[in-house]
Amino acid sequence: MEDNVVLTARGITMTFPGVKALENVDFTLRKGEIHALMGENGAGKSTLIKCLTGINDFEAGEIRLEGISGPVKNHSTKDAQDIGISTVYQEVNLCPNLSVAENLFIGREPMTKFHTIDRKTYNTRSQKIMDELGISVDVTQNLENYSLAIQQMVAIARAVDMDCKVLILDEPTSSLDDEEVEKLFVLMRRLKDKGVGIVFVTHFLEQVYAVCDRITVLRDGRLVGEYPIADLPRVKLVAAMMGKNLDDLAEIQKETEENVRNNDLEISARGLSHAGTVKPFDLDIHKGEVVGIAGLLGSGRSELARAIYGADKASTGTLAVDGKQVKINQPIDAMNLGMGMLPDDRKAEGIIGDLSVRENIILALQAKRGMFRQLSRAKQEEIADRYIDLVQIKTASRETLVKQLSGGNQQKVILARWLATDPDFLILDEPTRGIDVGTKSEIQKLIVKLAGEGKSILFISSEIAEMLRTCNRMAIMRDGQKVGELDHDLTQENVMKAIAGGEAHE
Amino acid sequence: MQGKRKMNGHTILLLITVGLFIVLYAGGCIAYGSKGFSHLQTFLNILITNAGLICVTCGLTIVMLTAGIDISVGALIAMDCMILAVGMRSGMNAVVMVLIVLVIGIAFGTFQGFLVGYLQIQPFIVTMAGMFFCRGMTAVICTEQVSITQQTSALFYAWANAKINIPFGGYINNKGKYMTPYIRPSVVIALLILVFTFIMLRHTKLGRSFYAIGGSEQSAAMMGLNTKKVKMRAYMLSSILCSIGAVCYCLNTMAGSVSQALGLEMDAISSSVIGGTLLTGGVGNVIGSFFGVLINGTISSIVKTNGKLASSWPNILTAALLFVFIVIQSVFAMLRNRRK
Repeated sequence: MEDNVVLTARGITMTFPGVKALENVDFTLRKGEIHALMGENGAGKSTLIKCLTGINDFEAGEIRLEGISGPVKNHSTKDAQDIGISTVYQEVNLCPNLSVAENLFIGREPMTKFHTIDRKTYNTRSQKIMDELGISVDVTQNLENYSLAIQQMVAIARAVDMDCKVLILDEPTSSLDDEEVEKLFVLMRRLKDKGVGIVFVTHFLEQVYAVCDRITVLRDGRLVGEYPIADLPRVKLVAAMMGKNLDDLAEIQKETEENVRNNDLEISARGLSHAGTVKPFDLDIHKGEVVGIAGLLGSGRSELARAIYGADKASTGTLAVDGKQVKINQPIDAMNLGMGMLPDDRKAEGIIGDLSVRENIILALQAKRGMFRQLSRAKQEEIADRYIDLVQIKTASRETLVKQLSGGNQQKVILARWLATDPDFLILDEPTRGIDVGTKSEIQKLIVKLAGEGKSILFISSEIAEMLRTCNRMAIMRDGQKVGELDHDLTQENVMKAIAGGEAHE
Repeated sequence: MQGKRKMNGHTILLLITVGLFIVLYAGGCIAYGSKGFSHLQTFLNILITNAGLICVTCGLTIVMLTAGIDISVGALIAMDCMILAVGMRSGMNAVVMVLIVLVIGIAFGTFQGFLVGYLQIQPFIVTMAGMFFCRGMTAVICTEQVSITQQTSALFYAWANAKINIPFGGYINNKGKYMTPYIRPSVVIALLILVFTFIMLRHTKLGRSFYAIGGSEQSAAMMGLNTKKVKMRAYMLSSILCSIGAVCYCLNTMAGSVSQALGLEMDAISSSVIGGTLLTGGVGNVIGSFFGVLINGTISSIVKTNGKLASSWPNILTAALLFVFIVIQSVFAMLRNRRK
C-alpha cells in the first residue's frame, strides 16, 4: 500500500439480479483528505459504499485498510465500525429519545464497579468531545431537542470517537440549510486536519468544490476516473458524470411573461391561510404559467402549497379554481378539481414502496375514479407503459417494486402518477431534491413542456437556479408569510435579496 | 452551556400523573374521610391489592419501551396461580412451587421473546397466541376453582397472612381498639421489583438499550446493538416479572381458577399509559407506571368506599382518564413539533 493511503478498493464487482451494479471499480482514499464520490443516480455510489460498510457482499475484488494485512471483508456495519469505517447517512441514525451523551456512547458505555452505567464519566467525556469538535450542545439534553444539523454532527462525533479512519458521509447535507451546511464543513475540515479520510457523497456541486480535495466519478457502475479537484472544473465534472456535454441545461425555452399574462386565471387564492404554519396570502396563477415559490427551508413554502391542495385544511380565505369559487376540505376535492401534488417527502408521502411501478402510477387516477370503477388490467398496463416511456423511468419492468428504483426514478413515478390524471394544475414540491443533474434537467424540461400545453404549475425548490430556469414568476416566502412577488428581473441576486428581506444592506 | 436544565415534556407528563394521583386521593379523603378513607391503611390496602399488578406493569412498561406489547400476562397469571394451587394441593412444598412458576415464566418469556426478536413476528400476535395458550392450559390443569388453605400448604398460608406492621399512622377504631397499619409480604416484593426495574432501566446497558430500540430500532442496530437479543430480553423480563406478580397475586386470592386475572393485561397497559409510557416506544419509566397503578387502585377504592356506586364505575373512570392522558400526550407531541 502506498504511503498515506488509508483505504483501497480494487476491482470491486457486484451484480444485482439483471443489473451489473459495479464493474471492476477502484477507489483510493488517502489520510486527511475529503474525497467526493460523484455520479448520477444509479451510477453505483451507494452500492460501492454498501460494499465498503459490509451491507452488500461484493463478488470480486478486494478492499484493504491501512494497518490490516490482507484484504478485509465486512459482513455488517458493526464489522466495518470495528475496523474503523464509519458511515453517517442522510437520515440520522441515532435515537432521538436519548441524550446526546447516550447517543455517543451507546453500546460502549463506561461502567462503574457495580456494573451500572457511569453517567458522570460519559457526560463529562461527551461534553469534552463535543467541545473539542466545536459543537455547542448540552450533552445531557435529549437529541430530539436539537436541529437536524446538530444531530448529524453528533452522529459524526460518534463515528470519530470510535477511532474511525474512514468516515463516509452519505448525502449528509440534503436536509440542511446553508448555514448548517457551513457548520458541517467546518467540522469536516477539522477532522481532515486530524488525519481522518472522508468520503463525501452529495448532489450539490458547489459543496463539492467548497470542501473536497479529490473527486472520484462513477458512471453506470464503472469508474470514470479520479481527479484532483483543481483538474476538474464544474462543467467537466458534469460531463464526466453524464458522459456527455451538458449544453442543453441552459437551453430551456420558456414562455414569456406577457404571453402567459393574457391567459385566464387557473388558481386564485385570497387570504388563504393555515393556522400556525402559513399566514394569509393571495396568489394568482394563470393557465400555462409556472410560478415558483422561493424561500428558506421552513419559511412556509410547502405549507402554502398544502393549504391550496387541502393537505392541510385552510383556516381562512377563499380559493377560486378556473374562475369558480371552490371549497377544498381534503386532497380528493383538489384532485377532482384537476389538481395534483408531488410532495417534498417522497418516501413518506409519495411512493408506496411495496407496490409496483404500475400500481404506483395508476394510484391517483384510480382514486379519482373511485373504488368501484376499477381500471382494467390491460388499461392499467397501457397507462403505466405510456408514462414509463414519457417521463423515461428507468425500471426493469412495470411490475418492479418502486422501492427498488433509485430516488430519481421514484420521483418520476410520482410525476407519472399525476400526469396520468391529466391535471390542470400541478404542485411540485422539491421535485428534484436528491436527484442527479441529468434527471433534474429532464424534469425541468418537462415542467416547461407541460406549461406549454396550458397546464399551470406551482414549483417549489431550494435551488433558485432551477426556478429561474423554469418559472415565469416567483412568490417569496419568509417566516410563514408571502412577502412579495418577482415577475421581472428574475436573477439569482434579486431573488436572494427578496428572500433575505428589506432590511438587508443593498 | 446553561447550567439550568430545561424541563422536557416527558417530565411534565410524569408530574401530571403524580399530581392527578394526589388530587384524586385527597379528593377521596375529603369526600369519604368519615368512612375511613383517610386512614393510612386505605392506602396500604391499595398497595396490597395491587402488588401483583405492580410487578406485571413493570414488565409491561419494559416491553412497551421497546415499542412492543405483551397481552399474555393476565392469562399467564391465571396459569401460574393454577399451577401453584394444584401443586400445593398435591402436597408439594410452597418454595418448590414458587420456583417452578418462576422457571415457567422464564421459559415462556424466552419462547415469546425468541419469536418476536429473532423471527420478527408481530408482538401482538405472538403474545395473543401466548394468552390463548395460557388460558387454555389453566383449564387443562383443572377446570374448577382450587383453593389454597392452611391444610394444603401451611407455609404459603403463613406467607399470605403475615403482617408487616408500620410503626406510625395507626388509628383507634370505633370499638376503641388501636389499629396498627400493616402491609403484606407481597407489597415488599412488588416494591423491590419496582426499585430493581427502575435501576435496571436507568443505569444498565440493557435498560438503555430498551429505550434505544424504542427510539429507533434501525438506529440502534446501526449503532451496533444486538436488537434481536435485547427484544428477546424484554419479553423474558416481562414474563418473569409477571410470574413474580402471579405469586403476589396468588397470595391475595389464595386460589387458582380459569377466570382469574381476566383482562389484567389491559389494566397493566392502561397503568403504563397513564404513567406516561408511549405505545410507540422509547418514552416512559416505571415510576410513572407505579403511579398509574395507584391511580387505578384509588379509583376502585373510592368506588368501593362509596358503596352505592356500581362496580362497573372504575372501568368508566379509567376510560375517561386514559382518554384525558392520550389527549394530553398528543397535545404535547403537537406542541413539540410546532416548536421545531
